[in-house]
Amino acid sequence: MRLLPWHKPHLLVRPNNLKLRKLNTMEYFIQQLINGLTLGGMYALIALGYTMVYGVIQLINFAHGEFFAAGGYVGAIALAYFAGIGYMDSHPVICLTASFMIAMAYCAYLAVGVEKIAYKPLRKNSRLAALLSALGMSIFLSNGMMLTQGVYDKVYPGELFQGRFDFGMVTISYLQIMIVSLTACLLVGLNLLVFKTKIGMAMRATAQDKTMSALVAIGSNRIISLTFAIGAGLAAAAGIMYGLYYGSVKYDMGFVPGIKAFAAAVLGGIGNITGAMIGGLIIGMVEIFGAGYISGEYKDVFAFIILISVLYFKPNGIMGENIDDTRV
Amino acid sequence: MSLQPILELKNVHSGYGSIKALKGISLKVMPGEIVAIIGANGAGKSTTLMTICGIVPIEKGEIYYDGKLINKVSAEKLPTMGLCQVPEGRRIFPRLSVMENLRLGAFHRDDTDQIMKDIQHSYEMFPILGERKAQQGGTLSGGEQQMLAIARALMTKPKVLLLDEPSLGLAPIIIQQIFDIIAKINKEEDVTILLVEQNANLALQAASRGYVVETGEITLEDEAQSLLTNPKIREAYLGE
Repeated sequence: MRLLPWHKPHLLVRPNNLKLRKLNTMEYFIQQLINGLTLGGMYALIALGYTMVYGVIQLINFAHGEFFAAGGYVGAIALAYFAGIGYMDSHPVICLTASFMIAMAYCAYLAVGVEKIAYKPLRKNSRLAALLSALGMSIFLSNGMMLTQGVYDKVYPGELFQGRFDFGMVTISYLQIMIVSLTACLLVGLNLLVFKTKIGMAMRATAQDKTMSALVAIGSNRIISLTFAIGAGLAAAAGIMYGLYYGSVKYDMGFVPGIKAFAAAVLGGIGNITGAMIGGLIIGMVEIFGAGYISGEYKDVFAFIILISVLYFKPNGIMGENIDDTRV
Repeated sequence: MSLQPILELKNVHSGYGSIKALKGISLKVMPGEIVAIIGANGAGKSTTLMTICGIVPIEKGEIYYDGKLINKVSAEKLPTMGLCQVPEGRRIFPRLSVMENLRLGAFHRDDTDQIMKDIQHSYEMFPILGERKAQQGGTLSGGEQQMLAIARALMTKPKVLLLDEPSLGLAPIIIQQIFDIIAKINKEEDVTILLVEQNANLALQAASRGYVVETGEITLEDEAQSLLTNPKIREAYLGE
């Protein structure tokens, strides 16, 4: 079996990292910090979708990881198309921006459709029904991707952002800079949307009390659709970043990062947007540092140790409010 | 009298699943009135308001608002038509600031300048809200929350305001303040009020007419003054 780069992040991050095998140097530490920031940002983007949907309808949307995968695929297809018509060489930034927008819009629509088909009819039923529907949707979507895109890795058009800065032993690739800065922009944009705009205010109101929201003319269906769309759009952005960073995408790639991002959302306090951002960064850092200093073989274990510990010791997470609070 | 009722219920039935909470409620509210619905706990008072607002689905009967049948109008559309409710327990958005709570009352309105003026007007009417405008709604006291709930409802620019148990859980001095405000809103802002109360004495003193609800049905309707002196009412609801 060919190992995906995903399975060896401490090795793969960039080939030239191989020279950084001296564990006790400051450079190695800084390098891990940069790698952790890149990975953690991606987890944060995915985690936001879990936490926002949970905040509004108290559903763990287990199909959310598939939006991440679908975003990766749509991005790959769009980039390949642009490369095919020869635009990539002349206008790389425009092509990349367009690919991000296409993938994010596609996944936003996909998520709104999924909500309408799989969750909305069950809204008055028990939460377990919607949860099972989410699991079914996850399997459906991932198999749909397998059938339409094949079972093998799809290689990402890889010529983008090949350059890098070298600071002694520390390397920062252009790609990492792009990923981290785009992630930062998306996170800031989301914060502004949720905390500074009228529609964001309505989202928070809907999360706190849907009946009262209706009594002040806020249509909850519209807000729920919007929440799914934003969450899936962010996951799609993370999907392209992942594809660019690790060089390929695969139909089942949404599963493990999806569960880790879910762990991040729980760590931050499910339902809390700032918490999901912090949780994503922590999970990314722990994974990279665990892989770098302890063992790469255990890297998936760290995220789940955190998930289990949080559920055991502090189920409300870092930023979470009391679960038994009158709200939701 | 040639005036048309602004709100009228005709033989309204509704409930929660198999539980029938309303079994044929008929009532009329004329423009400019304060009408009280009194009754014991669980009689169907709150359900009546929630059915009017489209939160509890109506099973049978008709609800007319401003001459239009509103049975099928969705809950979030009604506030835009001028029918607004201050629900039982006030239901302030606890983790939104006082200012944001008020702002959301005007969610369907686009006249930004007028909205800001209206928020200022709320602060004049309820100075305590002005002092606490940056505070989270959940940190306010019960009386302050009731004021905020009323102010938030007024931000929708209602023609008819449904008030559910505005006295619930408040100290007598605060209750008096709230009822003064209700009378003031009715007179000065020209808002018709349908008031649900367990505190029959208070409600009937504020209202011009009253309805008595028992187990989902209207058992009595009269001028508020007559209800106050009705021996049956005095015995059943006024504690004599």
